[in-house]
Amino acid sequence: MSTESLRIVWIYPDLLSTYGDRGNLLILARRAQLRGMPVEVMEVRSDQRLPATADIYLIGGGEDGPQALGAQRLRADGGLHRAVAQGSVVFGVCAGYQLLGTSFFAKGVQCAGLELLDLSSDRGPSRAVGELAGDIDPRLGVPALTGFENHGGRTHLGPGVSPLARVTAGVGNDGATEGAWRGKLLGTYSHGPALARNPALADLLLRWATGAHQLPPLDDTWAERLRAERRAAVAAARA
Amino acid sequence: MPLRAKVASSVSRTAAALSRAAGRGDGSVIGGWIGLKIDPDLLAHLAAGRAIALVSGTNGKTTTTRLTTAAVGVLGRVATNSFGANMPTGHTSALAKAGSTPYAVLEVDEHYLAQVLQATEPHVVALLNLSRDQLDRAKEVAMMAQLWRAALVNHPDVRVVANADDPMVVWAATPPGDPARGLRPPHVTWFSAGQRWHDDSWVCPECGHTIQRNGEQWWCSGCPLRRPQPQWAVEDDGVLDPTGAWHKVTLQLPGKVNLGNAATALAIAAEFGVRPVDAVSRLGAVTSIAGRYAQVDRDGRNIRLLLAKNPASWLEAFDMADVAPTLLSINARDPDGLDTSWLFDVDFAPLRGRQVMITGDRAYDLAVRLDVNGVPFQHVRTFGEAVRAVPPGRLEVIANYTAFQDIRAELDRVN
Repeated sequence: MSTESLRIVWIYPDLLSTYGDRGNLLILARRAQLRGMPVEVMEVRSDQRLPATADIYLIGGGEDGPQALGAQRLRADGGLHRAVAQGSVVFGVCAGYQLLGTSFFAKGVQCAGLELLDLSSDRGPSRAVGELAGDIDPRLGVPALTGFENHGGRTHLGPGVSPLARVTAGVGNDGATEGAWRGKLLGTYSHGPALARNPALADLLLRWATGAHQLPPLDDTWAERLRAERRAAVAAARA
Repeated sequence: MPLRAKVASSVSRTAAALSRAAGRGDGSVIGGWIGLKIDPDLLAHLAAGRAIALVSGTNGKTTTTRLTTAAVGVLGRVATNSFGANMPTGHTSALAKAGSTPYAVLEVDEHYLAQVLQATEPHVVALLNLSRDQLDRAKEVAMMAQLWRAALVNHPDVRVVANADDPMVVWAATPPGDPARGLRPPHVTWFSAGQRWHDDSWVCPECGHTIQRNGEQWWCSGCPLRRPQPQWAVEDDGVLDPTGAWHKVTLQLPGKVNLGNAATALAIAAEFGVRPVDAVSRLGAVTSIAGRYAQVDRDGRNIRLLLAKNPASWLEAFDMADVAPTLLSINARDPDGLDTSWLFDVDFAPLRGRQVMITGDRAYDLAVRLDVNGVPFQHVRTFGEAVRAVPPGRLEVIANYTAFQDIRAELDRVN
């Protein structure tokens, strides 16, 4: 960690906060605090400078206009690039995931991304809306992904990134893979509070940020019940 | 009315009655659907000759429609879609059922406002608010505002009554006009009903710059869009009218949000010539609306039902609810929207210190949310279990759409 407390930045909640995106911030802060880590949370609006010294950066979802504006301002600001160069963790969701790549489409126009992940996004034939599930890259040591997606984009991964998961239900990137990761950067189409349904993914981000190999376990009874219920719902829908 | 419309109207009423008799709902959708099949212009035919007000927005439209109907009732008979069936089929059915009335007040789903404006040529349209709601299938907020704005350009003669506190509504209500087609922007009367929810209006819909706020004022940092001076406003426990006169409003409906709805209703009614002094007492006679705010006594508990469908309406519900044991129920069936992620847009902290119970199809989503929020809770499997778990006295029930209907069914479909 950069300082004694874990610093979490939520990037541009005024532009990129659509589907309960605040949830990811709250969950990371809560899980760190329950383990006795002091946490400092910063919400940085799009008319403010982005600090380059935080441990975790979160980027949420948004409509086309705000997504394009957000990418433009982040490129001009440069803070996120400096933070990544210093080893910070970045977690992008939906529109926030797409803009980490080289390009994406907003309002029918190709927009330049931040080029932090080797991927590009375009428009799919139809909107992907519904439950999303997949088996996460075994190297990450995290159980199956469960979430909800709502996006019109399709994302193509380059050789510089690995898929976050192999899709078992829903669409994700292209119906086969979902999300992407490289180093301490991770993106997913599982929108909003993805970490509410995937507490192990939250802990992965916390381990990346702190360098800890293991974190004390927490009582995840309710999250486990929610995961089981969603698994069953996806299975029932398929049957 | 043309013969075809007469037949369609009569068949529509019969179908609605049959549907009710068969116990398949209140018949307001099926009746209208059949009528519109026979005469696609039936809504326009039924609307002709009536002075009509349309009420639209994300939240508060059912209650505001009910209050406005009461207020306009000062002048004569008013047709209204009181069952919350707020699409053209529901409007058709409501007007057919009411027969000939000089007035109509219709609640309109946000997505259908342009269509219903076209069909009914109303005297007034009231625009309440726009916020995120069921994003897995609904239009996003800025897109909705754009649709309203585009629709209003085509109706320069409609009187608009709009919420000065919501930047998206203000922008939607003030289209630039279209001089090439001889269209000027419609006349707007502004009301201030307060707005607790700000998270969908940080970015100016006109220019993309940040909206700044200070107290009740708001303004865009990049263009002239700013809060207009309202002619109607809530002050203390009453409403200020455009002449500066203050009217005490005593409602049986809880919360500051309903005082705002009352101010809106008085502003709409005033467009028909209703004096607020004549209408306020009628507002006080409204007790509950299709189960919303209804109170039922059971086993020594006084159960009150509050409907909350999206983040903005949950904030209002917490404001309305007494500090008392509270049951929260969440479903994610089709009418609710399938996506529960909005639960993280709601801060449940106001419930700390109250006995909280959770239930519904998606109780586990709520459990995880409350856990993160530091709000202790108890999971109950049935409504009866919740009633037994609380001491005699008030039990507040806050539920989203189908969860609300499920609980209402347990209470013998209380109105």
